[in-house]
Amino acid sequence: MTGHLVVPIVAPLAAAILCLALHRSLRAQRLVSLVALTGVLAYAVGWLWPTLRARGVAVMCLGNWPAPYGIVLAADLFSGIMLSLSAVVGVVVLIYAMAWLSSCREEPFFYPLYLVLFMGIHGAFLTGDIFNLYVFFEVMLVASFGLMVLGGERAQIEGAIKYVVISQVSSALFLVGAGLLYGVAGTLNMADLAEKLAGPQAAPYSAVAARLFLVAFGVKSAVFPLFFWLPASYPAAKTPIAAVFGGLLTKVGLYALYRTYTLLLPAQWQAERSVLLAAAALTMAAGALGALAQRNLKRLLAFEVISQVGFVLIGLGLGTQAALAAGIYFFIHIVLAKTAIFLIAGLAERETGTVDLAAMGGLLRHRPGLAALYLGVALSVAGVPPLSGFVAKYGMIAASLQARQYALVGVALAVSLLTLYVLMRVWAEAFMKGAPAAVTPAGRLGLGLVVSASGLAFLVGAAAIMAGPLYDIAQQAARQLLDVGPYLAAVLAK
Amino acid sequence: MTVVMAIVVGGLFAAGSYLLLRRSIVRLIIGLALLSHATNLFVFTMGWLRQGGVPLIGLSPSDRMVDPVPQALILTAIVIGFATQAFVLVLSYRAHEETGTDDLDQMKAMDLS
Repeated sequence: MTGHLVVPIVAPLAAAILCLALHRSLRAQRLVSLVALTGVLAYAVGWLWPTLRARGVAVMCLGNWPAPYGIVLAADLFSGIMLSLSAVVGVVVLIYAMAWLSSCREEPFFYPLYLVLFMGIHGAFLTGDIFNLYVFFEVMLVASFGLMVLGGERAQIEGAIKYVVISQVSSALFLVGAGLLYGVAGTLNMADLAEKLAGPQAAPYSAVAARLFLVAFGVKSAVFPLFFWLPASYPAAKTPIAAVFGGLLTKVGLYALYRTYTLLLPAQWQAERSVLLAAAALTMAAGALGALAQRNLKRLLAFEVISQVGFVLIGLGLGTQAALAAGIYFFIHIVLAKTAIFLIAGLAERETGTVDLAAMGGLLRHRPGLAALYLGVALSVAGVPPLSGFVAKYGMIAASLQARQYALVGVALAVSLLTLYVLMRVWAEAFMKGAPAAVTPAGRLGLGLVVSASGLAFLVGAAAIMAGPLYDIAQQAARQLLDVGPYLAAVLAK
Repeated sequence: MTVVMAIVVGGLFAAGSYLLLRRSIVRLIIGLALLSHATNLFVFTMGWLRQGGVPLIGLSPSDRMVDPVPQALILTAIVIGFATQAFVLVLSYRAHEETGTDDLDQMKAMDLS
């Protein structure tokens, strides 16, 4: 029993309520948000990790009702990794957003929504109950709807309509799947479901539920062919918000897919591996080819998000321990690197006053530090050794070779090459090219912006330097995903 | 009773999906509402439909009781659906103010940038 597991959910919620009460004082709102999210980060590093290292799984029964009857929060190493990543991104982007939105008309509305968003994300990572997963997804989505339209511009409202409608349709499908599993097994606890669904009579229902989950989470994580809403909506949001969406939000859908398939539906997972692999290859290719055609920097990065989602999906599609470990390391790499590259693109946007690549330029001369940051993170995303993207892609390609998926390796390598080309085209256009005659900076590069963006870039570097230990943790987390026995024993208190 | 519910749920899903494929935003919103009703009824049906099966010890024999959990679940889902539909209505109003149209095909500011 780990009574403190509720902290990452309750702290942002309490802070959001406080922020609403303090809406007149921006300074108080900033302080409350920063304290709450830093607290979650400190909790994840200081309390949750030691517990997970010692015991493997941390469980909390809400209201002290024992497992299959009450609602449980349960964290294994994979949850712990995702929670820590989300806590890091939460703090870094908060500092960035404080500087970005500083005394904007929208700033008072940002903090409560942002905190509720993180409550939903943390809840989705920690819950051990399938209906709670739905509820936390909805909490996250409702907050993200609000964040998306912050600013009220035409593109934002148009993007939000598409985003809201597709999200709600996918949530409805998820709920139907969860309802179906409840109808068969009579329980909502994920560990209990895993045991009850193992019998042969549940198989036809589980098969339907597995496909519903695949579509529902596929929409949320922008898997081919369900990704069209992403480039139409994410780039319209303000840059710090687009960074959280691109870096973290799509990964929550992937996390849910990893969790439900490995824990609840292992037989269906094995049966659908070829579908997952095909979807992964097409997602990678569609994202990379889409990025190739973009002239708008934020849209280009949104397509790159899709391409990386495909890479993470390979891990689930191959299903071996090596592949899952590579997938989990990929989560670490991509959440940090993708958020970082959005933040750095935001700095370039501030400096040149535009996101149109043709109108940008001259940044290498004027801002050599910014250029160095961009180059480092971009090369990491593309997968150039010895950076973290190389470690992640190497692990994934080695696992594909082990599984004799040679076509997949070909696609992955071609996509990496395309990614490198696309990101270097940004380098050539925005940084190397001479400055256009009329450059009007949109704002100053304040201390908060520079510190948070470069801090996250250093963390991307740290993920490469610490690749050994991190990869070991990813291996252990993958082993837990494949051997669910200890998880079931811990949750059901056997 | 379950057969009737199956037909109703299927009909609602069909109607909702049809409306979601329209270009008009108003129809889109009605489609979303129908879809969430269909989902709620589906989950509701999962808890058995029986007359007089009050799930309280002493009021009905234990093998005749309905399952109250799905009813609690859809109560949550109804509230969430209500909130999002309210948000989408406001959003569509703002979209009409901003673009002067109800046609989704006219809304591609982001695709053209």
